[in-house]
Amino acid sequence: MEKTKFDYEKYLRKNTLPHIWCPGCGDGIILKSLIRAIHKNGYAKDDVVIASGIGCASRLPGYVDFNTIHTTHGRALTFSIGIKMFKPRLKVITISGDGDALAIGGNHFIHAARRNIDITLIVFNNYTYGMTGGQASPTQPKGSFSTTTPFGSIDQPFDVCALAQAAGATWVGRSTSYHAVQLEKFISEAMNHKGFSVLDIITNCHISYGRRNKMKSPAEMIKYQKERAVNVRAAENLAPEAMEGKFKTGVLYNKKDAPEFSEEYYRVLESVKAK
Amino acid sequence: MNSRTEFRFAGSGGQGLILAGIILADAAISYENKNAVQTQSYGPEARGGSSKSEVIISDENIEYPKATRVDYMVALTQESFSKYAGDVKDDGVIIVDSELVSDHSKAKGKLYSLDLVKSAREGLGKLLGLNIIALGVLVELSGIVSHDSIEKALLKRVPKGFEDYNKKALEIGFELAGKIKK
Amino acid sequence: MAQNIRLMQGNEAIAEGALLAGCNFMAGYPITPSSEVIEILSSRLVRIGGVCIQMEDEIAALGAVLGASLAGAKALTASSGPGISLKQEHIGYASMCEIPCVIINVMRGGPSTGLPTLPAQSDIMQARWGTHGDHAIIAITPSSVNESFYETIRAFNLALKYRTPVMILTDEIIGHMREKVVIPEKKDVEIIDTALPDIPPEEYKPYNFKSGKVTPLAPMGEGYRYHVTGLIHSETGFPSQKIDIIQDAQKWLYDKIYKNIKDIEKFEEFLTGDAEILVVAYGSTSRSARQAISMAREDGIKAGMFRPITIWPFPDEQVSRLAKRAKKILVPEMNMGQVILEVERNACGSYVRGLNVVNGEPITPDMIYASIKEISSL
Repeated sequence: MEKTKFDYEKYLRKNTLPHIWCPGCGDGIILKSLIRAIHKNGYAKDDVVIASGIGCASRLPGYVDFNTIHTTHGRALTFSIGIKMFKPRLKVITISGDGDALAIGGNHFIHAARRNIDITLIVFNNYTYGMTGGQASPTQPKGSFSTTTPFGSIDQPFDVCALAQAAGATWVGRSTSYHAVQLEKFISEAMNHKGFSVLDIITNCHISYGRRNKMKSPAEMIKYQKERAVNVRAAENLAPEAMEGKFKTGVLYNKKDAPEFSEEYYRVLESVKAK
Repeated sequence: MNSRTEFRFAGSGGQGLILAGIILADAAISYENKNAVQTQSYGPEARGGSSKSEVIISDENIEYPKATRVDYMVALTQESFSKYAGDVKDDGVIIVDSELVSDHSKAKGKLYSLDLVKSAREGLGKLLGLNIIALGVLVELSGIVSHDSIEKALLKRVPKGFEDYNKKALEIGFELAGKIKK
Repeated sequence: MAQNIRLMQGNEAIAEGALLAGCNFMAGYPITPSSEVIEILSSRLVRIGGVCIQMEDEIAALGAVLGASLAGAKALTASSGPGISLKQEHIGYASMCEIPCVIINVMRGGPSTGLPTLPAQSDIMQARWGTHGDHAIIAITPSSVNESFYETIRAFNLALKYRTPVMILTDEIIGHMREKVVIPEKKDVEIIDTALPDIPPEEYKPYNFKSGKVTPLAPMGEGYRYHVTGLIHSETGFPSQKIDIIQDAQKWLYDKIYKNIKDIEKFEEFLTGDAEILVVAYGSTSRSARQAISMAREDGIKAGMFRPITIWPFPDEQVSRLAKRAKKILVPEMNMGQVILEVERNACGSYVRGLNVVNGEPITPDMIYASIKEISSL
């Protein structure tokens, strides 16, 4: 990339800044990566819709100069589907947290995947309900602590990517807020993919998650991401025991030319009209 | 309100009684410039159980949409006969099938036991169309709409290739009613 | 005949009315007794190039409707009791974000699963107060199949004009019965369409409530980039915690409906001129009430009916006007007493009695007649 300074301000709503995220939060890294990816893909601002649910990550749309909707908890995908189906020419991106996408919005998540509708879902996966003060999340590692699992979590966490793929998403990837360059590349690729694309981004919340899990500082959390992330190609050569406590990053699944929901719908519409 | 005439088709789910009611209502509004309201009630099961379809026909506005003082009722199961005969008028008419309804102890008004099923079997070769026979009986007995109107409304709702079959069913109904009208 | 007359089911009339109003998007979920609406539109909307999708649940159905509406669709969802309970979250969102939509509730008995195949009028208060927080809503109670058709068209107009969810409350009787509908020529019907704001994007405020006028909602993707949030927001659409803005924003949601009540309200009066006994009835029950009043008149009892067609906002002024003259008021409804609470507020000292039937059967003219007779002898 060129060394000239990237003009983020072109895409930011300066009147809504500063943002609400804590110093050291990973969400800002993702925001900047998203902006660079949209710029790289060359979308006109008027053609981009960013919808989000409820939570820290879901405040992102307010800061960026697109068509933006901060919806209800877990249900941004349902709004996104309505928009995409009515105006398929729009590029629809959905921002969600782990609790938003997989707990309260779990049903919408799997059904959006099942339909393979052309929407990009970006999951800001910080293992916690940051905005409400650090309660247990459906992706929180087993044994980790939260305000509602003070003796350690006993739940099996969801693997966002495995779930997305099993439910029918056709592009599935994972990265972290440590891997900022990779993030931009993956967001760009996910948005270019025709079909339902899910990018699981492990991001850091030292305030609500880190403090309770021996990672008080942003640096410790970033280090955690760096140490636990195993590139998908490297992971292929590792024994299952070696992957214990780690996660795969990279493009984990990419199925091209699968039927896409809005296209299929309008195809039926044309064929009925022709009769 | 004097012109208000109430019809009830009673039987079980799957016998096509709702359709019979719809055809009667349509004949009245589309071809006779009358008002009509068709309602139905049925249990949760798609087949079997008791079901009824009611049609109110009037020259004036129809307010209460359900039957309360039934003028003409046909019953195609014992259960529905016993359940729904109670609010037939004293001078009303109930038609039951001679094979399907044998216990007439709940009868009200004038009761006629007709060979609807037998006629279907003999005249049509199968029981499909029993609802249309019943419809024919009530139309002929009541004279509420003309033969022409009911036939037009019927043919609007009959699948291609089954027009003659259904017209035949309607005729059978007219004939059966004709016998008791004498 | 010049008029196009058709025998139609109530739910079918809603679907056909919606299509005439220009509805081009529906999302729903199957539920008795409203499923015919989505079944009919699944075929009809595809044929005219619109969108109809069955979503994964009731909440998603209204979510998709709101998304589509933001993109410029005229959008509809239909459901009944349990489904409407689930939709409350998004009804609140639609109110807060001022997103036009039409929500059909074919009322059945409840609470919970209740009576899926039998009628009730027990969701009147839910329609008004079902979602949390202060808000206003428009709700309409048609009493016939023909009225279901025309009121659905009016619901779309009001939804767009006031940028609000509009509910149509029918019930299992009207939803499933068939009667005559007089279908108009499209040119003879007033239809309000989605429109771009008449000011350029840089001047557009999606919520200019200080002007006291409802700004059109700019369809997304047409050059008007703005922000929508369920948080209390300023006129720009961005969240605000300034107390004066909060006060204005909350009040606006009330004012835009209640200050325009003359335009929104719709009612019918039947023999109220000299009525000493006023029957306040709505929806399917009003049919029985009208018949009962005719019976009472034959007995020389001066009874009349006030029938709200727009049930929310409630026609307070009309009821109190009539209550001042009538000394006795009867409110028959298929619930334990909901609209009667509104009538009592406006009774101006008149005697008010309810007739409440909750057994899954409609209230008959005989029952209302008996109540009128009883009250008349008091």
